[in-house]
Amino acid sequence: MAATEVSPARAGTRGRPDAPRTRPPRTFEQANRRLKWAMLTPALLFVGLMIVFPLAFTLNLSLTDAFGAVNADKRHIGLQNFLDALGDTRRFWPAARRTVVFTVGAVVLETVLGLALAMLMRKPFRGMRLVRTVLIIPLLATPVAIGVLWLLILDPTNGIANHLLAGVGLPRQEFLGSVSQSLPVLMLIDVWQWTPMMTLLLLAGLTTLPEEPEEAALVDGANAWQRFRHVILPMLAPTLATALVLRAVDALKTFDILYATKGAGGGSDFEVETLNVYAYGLTFDYQEYGLAAAVLVLFTLFIIGVVVLLRRRGGRKNG
Amino acid sequence: MSATVTPAARPPLRPAPRRRRTWSWLRGTAIALVTLVFALPLVWMFAAAFKTNVQVTDPSVGLWFTPTLDNFRSIVEAGQIVRSLGNSLLVGVVSTVLSAVIAVPAAWAVGRFGMHRTGSLVLVARIVPAISLLVPWYYLFAQMGLVGSYTVLVLSHMFVSVPLIMWVMISFFAGLPVELEEAARTDGLSAFGAFWRISLPLAAPGTATASLLAFVFSWNNFMFALVFADDRTQTVPVTLFNFISYASTDWGGLMAAATLITVPVVIAAVVGQKYLVAGLTAGATKG
Repeated sequence: MAATEVSPARAGTRGRPDAPRTRPPRTFEQANRRLKWAMLTPALLFVGLMIVFPLAFTLNLSLTDAFGAVNADKRHIGLQNFLDALGDTRRFWPAARRTVVFTVGAVVLETVLGLALAMLMRKPFRGMRLVRTVLIIPLLATPVAIGVLWLLILDPTNGIANHLLAGVGLPRQEFLGSVSQSLPVLMLIDVWQWTPMMTLLLLAGLTTLPEEPEEAALVDGANAWQRFRHVILPMLAPTLATALVLRAVDALKTFDILYATKGAGGGSDFEVETLNVYAYGLTFDYQEYGLAAAVLVLFTLFIIGVVVLLRRRGGRKNG
Repeated sequence: MSATVTPAARPPLRPAPRRRRTWSWLRGTAIALVTLVFALPLVWMFAAAFKTNVQVTDPSVGLWFTPTLDNFRSIVEAGQIVRSLGNSLLVGVVSTVLSAVIAVPAAWAVGRFGMHRTGSLVLVARIVPAISLLVPWYYLFAQMGLVGSYTVLVLSHMFVSVPLIMWVMISFFAGLPVELEEAARTDGLSAFGAFWRISLPLAAPGTATASLLAFVFSWNNFMFALVFADDRTQTVPVTLFNFISYASTDWGGLMAAATLITVPVVIAAVVGQKYLVAGLTAGATKG
């Protein structure tokens, strides 16, 4: 059928014969092929020039001793920067550990709370619109403003948090003023800000689930927990996996709120210095471009590793 | 047929009415509590912006006090915040419009033709830490003497908004029925005409969603402006950050500045709630 419709259009000679099954007829297909590249090119050029090229540049920079003024001469020194970074137990490894602790802690809490909240909000209720509006505000608000807001609430002497703690007879806390409490406190702020994101993603997933399996389970006498554990959760697994990847990637890259509340270097004792904050400091405070690039390459590889791992596990789970 | 349950078969399996009423009451209370947990910190910040500095540092003042506009007056008189709000607006609008112009057609191509390998480039752009783009660009722009210009700021914000708009729009275009464009082609529209007159208008809500999100992300962006902006081109998050060092002396002013940044976002959330939720969750349920 398609063959009889082929017009003598110029595009005809360039078409490749392997048109997949669900595509439109050939004539449209061939005109479309030129158009699709025309439409894609500006974005591909932008992504290529502005994103892929800098990555290559970073990779190259990581092999040099670039330091100080940006137009100073630099030499290639092989893998020395990587050896320096990986041998650095004072800044690099603690920063890597904090990055992992922050991400795992925050994302696990956000997933559990987000899932609970999504199940709670699953059936329609009065005020749904209002609640959803309130939920998106934390995740759309400027992270620096969120930082400022919690600085006020958690201020050790004048903050409402200590006032409330005193009201129920608990001792005063230093919160962000303390070396040991800063990272957990910032984790909890992240949980406050991003649990709604998990909830919204999971709610979107829940609305796409078919109702029949759950009704069948109900008829078979499964209780609420069993229906959740053995019917809903397995069906929700793909959405859960995607949500986890998205949130984990963003949590690994957290910068704004850490820098806004604790300043350069993640505080006096580097207590919230993650790999992102560390690389930022190396570049813009110490002009150690070569070493910073090496840290960034390691950091990027780590993030990609996490994504691949999570996607593979998610994929296996939903078979 | 096997899946349909006759209403008569169900009542014994359902909880008794009284238990159901208790359950629904519990659920309502839980939802209300959770909502308060997310809303109250922001309410506290907004309230603090209208307090005197004595009231801000006294937690027992709570939410019942005589509001004052002094904090806003003093930060507006200081000047920088007004210029920064203008800069943020300018950079946000320009970067969003430019990003939409190049990202929407590309998203159409990927969504319509299922070019998933090309599409995965978008994912790469989302995964890569922004700072690993920042270092080389700073290195190059500094050599060219461009650091501090609006051009560099707009370009850097497009790192985020181009992949973001593509991410949202790919799933949007993939969801449009292909038959509409085919019909338009049969009726004599060119391939581009079919995109321009049929798909693009249908995708208007998606484009609005993606652009609104891109604008909000640009408005919130801190790291790029911290590096690429100077005093003249500074955006609001950096101005707010610089205010933090005065926190101990001027909590009220700091809260007023934070409120000025947050209010546009709250308005966007109230007006565009439905679209923003759709945009934020786009692509997540594809599995």
